[in-house]
Amino acid sequence: MNPSMNPAILNPYAAPMATTFFFYLLAAAAMLSGLVVITRRNAVHSALALIVTLLSVAGLYLMLYAPFVAGVQIIVYAGGIMVLFLFVIMLVSIEVTVKDRQFNRMWPIGLVAACFLLVIFIGAYAKGKALLPERVTQLPEAVNTQAIAAYLYGDAGHMGQYTFAFEIASLLLLVAILGAVIMTKKKI
Amino acid sequence: MNAFTSYLGSKVTPGQAGNQLWALIYVFIIFAGVALTVMWLINWVERKALAHFQVRLGPMRVGPHGLLQPFADALKLMLKEDIIPAEADAVVFWLAPVIGLLAAFTVYTVIPFGPSQAVSDMNIGILFMLGVSSLGVLGIVTAGWASNSHYPLIGALRSSAQMVSYEVAMGLAVVSALLMTSLNATGTGTLSMIGIVQAQQQQHIWFIFKFFPLGLVAFVIFAIAMVAEVNRCPFDLPEAESELTAGFHTEYSGLRWSLFMLAEYAAMMAVSAIAVTLWLGGWMHPFPNFLSSPAWEFIFSLFPGLSFAGFAAIAFLGTARMPSRPSFKIQRAGLGVFAALLGLIALLLLAIAVGGRANDASIAARFREGIDYVYWFLLKVVVFMYLFIWYRATWPRYRFDQLMKVGWKVLLPLALGVLIVTAIVGVILG
Repeated sequence: MNPSMNPAILNPYAAPMATTFFFYLLAAAAMLSGLVVITRRNAVHSALALIVTLLSVAGLYLMLYAPFVAGVQIIVYAGGIMVLFLFVIMLVSIEVTVKDRQFNRMWPIGLVAACFLLVIFIGAYAKGKALLPERVTQLPEAVNTQAIAAYLYGDAGHMGQYTFAFEIASLLLLVAILGAVIMTKKKI
Repeated sequence: MNAFTSYLGSKVTPGQAGNQLWALIYVFIIFAGVALTVMWLINWVERKALAHFQVRLGPMRVGPHGLLQPFADALKLMLKEDIIPAEADAVVFWLAPVIGLLAAFTVYTVIPFGPSQAVSDMNIGILFMLGVSSLGVLGIVTAGWASNSHYPLIGALRSSAQMVSYEVAMGLAVVSALLMTSLNATGTGTLSMIGIVQAQQQQHIWFIFKFFPLGLVAFVIFAIAMVAEVNRCPFDLPEAESELTAGFHTEYSGLRWSLFMLAEYAAMMAVSAIAVTLWLGGWMHPFPNFLSSPAWEFIFSLFPGLSFAGFAAIAFLGTARMPSRPSFKIQRAGLGVFAALLGLIALLLLAIAVGGRANDASIAARFREGIDYVYWFLLKVVVFMYLFIWYRATWPRYRFDQLMKVGWKVLLPLALGVLIVTAIVGVILG
């Protein structure tokens, strides 16, 4: 790959094409499918809609110059977790759940949380220009994965400031795996 | 028009050059090529090879040696009644084959047929391929559920369990190959499909031979896991016909069923392409470090033409051996024309191989290079496709508990071990 051949690699800050259109497309897809997730009574339809939501969010990550996060989103959420979701949901008898009363007694709490979120959104929209930097640094797309690796594994003084946090997270995951194994074993 | 001509001399993929027109042309070529290869060639070769494994003749009636049989089958499938079961979930039933097909074909955007012969080169290439090809299981799962029938549901459950299990070992095997890409002066690896092949080019070795036998073991783990990943024999539990009629696609008929077939074979080619890219040097011809003198380059560039000449010779032999009774007249003429066509292609390829050499900067030279790259890449993929057919003819199907045992208790620890040892050896020797 010869970087000098390609103006987009030379100048990572060049404005990408059709950004506004794709942003609204992906955002609309994410929100509409999100609505479908919570309104369908059929759990499999909800799960399928959730996959669309997750994929549109992956598209939004791509637009934020974070291809690595987008790829991980597709592998882990859309490919891994949702398959397990469907695996469990398919064993549930749909005929019964469709007729069942939904246990939505938690709606006052949900309403309060939604109101808070709305206030935050309105605030961000009204005062966003002052609070948030107008132009975020965009990681050059071509070395995004390598940049993440440098942040996670680099030397402590030189960009590798997240090594410790990363290792702690991996320890937590290891404990979770061991816990899952122990819970399924009758005797160890 | 400007967009069309400006790309011709370029040495990067259309995606990198930002040329949408050529990206679209590549997409059309790949889609048509894959669809035709799957529908016609692989279908025919599979039926013929399986027949010969079992000492049968296989299709012989439609066209000489059954060469036109796949087209007759496709026509039959298109004319068949398309049934949606009364109790099925119609929308999801309709959606399932589409999901499978989309997932199978989307991965072709990053497959590197050559250093610039790919639709695009992504920074996350291999991650994208693994992620999108793992979405294919959603098509199978939704198909099994939407059919609202026992056998498809069991097939779908088996499929999702199998895919999730084997993806783990597969991913770890891939990571150990990715570690090898970082053994260069800068110490930075890459996930880009083109970058992975270029790393093998720089290190003068295919990763299957790197740190022998570590690369080989990782490759074998991947080669086993990929068969499970595309639900092929001996891991074809989701469609085990002796237990589940036809598994997840029992209720599908006609065109929808053929979409599942197309998706399955396209996915087979895609995973083979991953294996070729990661371990078998992608588009490079054999022994790129020893045999890289201009004379050898010339000899290797003759291979595409020579192999078509070989096909033409076989077809001519078939024409000569055809019985001379009048009822075989049309078949004989047809096979003769086919052989002549193959011979013409061979002559054309040989002419390009010899003629493109005169001026190395010309577009003809670039075209010749492109043919070389694509030929070697496809040759390696074809070997894998034949292996898939060979497995199906040779091995009995696994039992489900055996399948899980192999996945979790053999392949996963082995892949973890290879990953750790590769990392250690890489730090010491790299």
